Amino acid sequence: MSDKTPDYNPDHNSDHNVIDKTTIHKIAKLARIEIAPEREDALCGELSTIISWVEQLGECDTAHVEPLASVTGHSLPMRDDVVTSGDDPDAVLSNAPEGASHFFVVPKVVE
Amino acid sequence: MTDVSSLIEGRTGKWEVVIGLEVHAQVSSQAKLFSGASAAFGAGPNEHVSLVDAAMPGMLPVINQFCVEQAVKTGLGLNAEINLFSIFDRKNYFYADLPQGYQISQFKQPIVGEGSITITLADGSTRDIGIERLHLEQDAGKSMHDQHPGKSYIDLNRSGVALMEIVSRPDMRSAEEAAAYVSKLRAILRFLGTCDGNMEQGSLRADCNVSVRRPGDELGTRTETKNLNSIRFIAQAINSEVARQIEIIEDGGTIDQETRLFDTSTGQTRTMRSKEDAHDYRYFPDPDLLPLELDAAWVETLRQSLPELPDALRTRLMDEFGLSAYDAGLISEDRDTAAWYEAAAAGRDAKLVANWMTVELFGALNRMGLDLADSPVSPDQLGKLVERIGDGTISGRIAKDVFAIMLEDGADPDQVIEEKGFKQVSDTGAIEAMIDTVLAENTDKVDEYRGGKDKLFGFFVGQVMKASKGQANPNVVNDLLRSKLNS
Repeated sequence: MSDKTPDYNPDHNSDHNVIDKTTIHKIAKLARIEIAPEREDALCGELSTIISWVEQLGECDTAHVEPLASVTGHSLPMRDDVVTSGDDPDAVLSNAPEGASHFFVVPKVVE
Repeated sequence: MTDVSSLIEGRTGKWEVVIGLEVHAQVSSQAKLFSGASAAFGAGPNEHVSLVDAAMPGMLPVINQFCVEQAVKTGLGLNAEINLFSIFDRKNYFYADLPQGYQISQFKQPIVGEGSITITLADGSTRDIGIERLHLEQDAGKSMHDQHPGKSYIDLNRSGVALMEIVSRPDMRSAEEAAAYVSKLRAILRFLGTCDGNMEQGSLRADCNVSVRRPGDELGTRTETKNLNSIRFIAQAINSEVARQIEIIEDGGTIDQETRLFDTSTGQTRTMRSKEDAHDYRYFPDPDLLPLELDAAWVETLRQSLPELPDALRTRLMDEFGLSAYDAGLISEDRDTAAWYEAAAAGRDAKLVANWMTVELFGALNRMGLDLADSPVSPDQLGKLVERIGDGTISGRIAKDVFAIMLEDGADPDQVIEEKGFKQVSDTGAIEAMIDTVLAENTDKVDEYRGGKDKLFGFFVGQVMKASKGQANPNVVNDLLRSKLNS
């Protein structure tokens, strides 16, 4: 299968991009990151290459395979309903950039 | 099928209202869904927070077995299908009170599938409302925006608390039905003990999906009004939203699919976010959690151990105690109320006890601003009072005076009857003497009565009862009076 693997090429021809600029902007917005305009073309190419590479999985015949969320075959470990932690707001807040009266303090967010 | 009675008359014709509810019910657990921090209400800021809830790097969620059990029990109580295999997904979005950057929820494969709830309306009719699913998920933290002009304050105490999201089918056709649905759901949760149903503390809150359409048409565009924390607000929000939507459509406009908030001060809804900003949650299975697999035998054990639920209790109160559907409905609303009633009614005139409880006792508690749990009158005392009416010791009218004294000082009815001399006089000799006096003092009226003025009979009864200070047995008075007047 390795002979079919497309090379990872950041300068991939954008005519074949599966990720367009609209999608780039949508992803950036969802991820709360800013994308400089001059990076847009390069990102379209890079992300499209990654998607194409992953798409090789489509070559496997999965028609008779149930989708699965885990491959380990283990079952979910469970906990008893007992209070074992908490009561330490100082520890919880110890890495916070800002706090006041045991609250986290963040720039104003109002929807 | 369109229920004509619930249609709304607009300027341009009739409208049908379509309502679906998403109810978030907090699991009555000690600890949170995936961490060992307390789930209790009312601690100081960030006191009930573990490093898992604060999403510190490297922390892993471990599910609380009790929460799983409560979700299954609730599913069984909703006559729903229990999925022996379910999956936890990440619902991704950024908000300051969601430190993980995602909520652990269940998307495609929830723990509980389809079920139903039977609601009872004011006119006594019943309707089945479909349940689409129930899934387990984490609650978010709490943001406060009014503490500082430029900052928001975040408390993560609620972050990670276990919620059951119970999603109905769009089967409701009026605010009344939606209110009845939430009341019934809350009663079922309380009987099961899986959620305390306390709406003021946020243990139970509802999101209302509302749309309107011409009867028989396709579904209209819906809006979702979020986070309603009382049954009254749910009804108000629906009615205000229905009026708003009908007005827009009748004016030639269209409804935007959007999320709205209910303003409790104006009784109106307003836009929170529109469809363009609608979240894209990018759900995917949480790699930190394996699929949740349940043992069929364990589910069966839970099914066998379910307590009596409101519908079964109501039917039993009607069958066993002969109560009316209305009284049975009132008494079965709450398990403690039913237990109180059963203690009072045991071995007594059950219908009369129900009557005294729902009319006199509930009325008095309401006036005094007390809950049944704080009633100055115990179940046995109310039962005894009813017993004394039944055995003729006191009349129903005198019983009200006795009851008033019992309410004041929690006294035993027998003691009150004894001390205040309320004992009903059934001694025919004593009553005859009183009747003779009354007749002698009213010879003119006796003549009128005998001359055909039958209505005066009530006057004589009243005079005799007054002479006895209300203590004469009314049946004995009636019999004796009739025989004397007609002789």
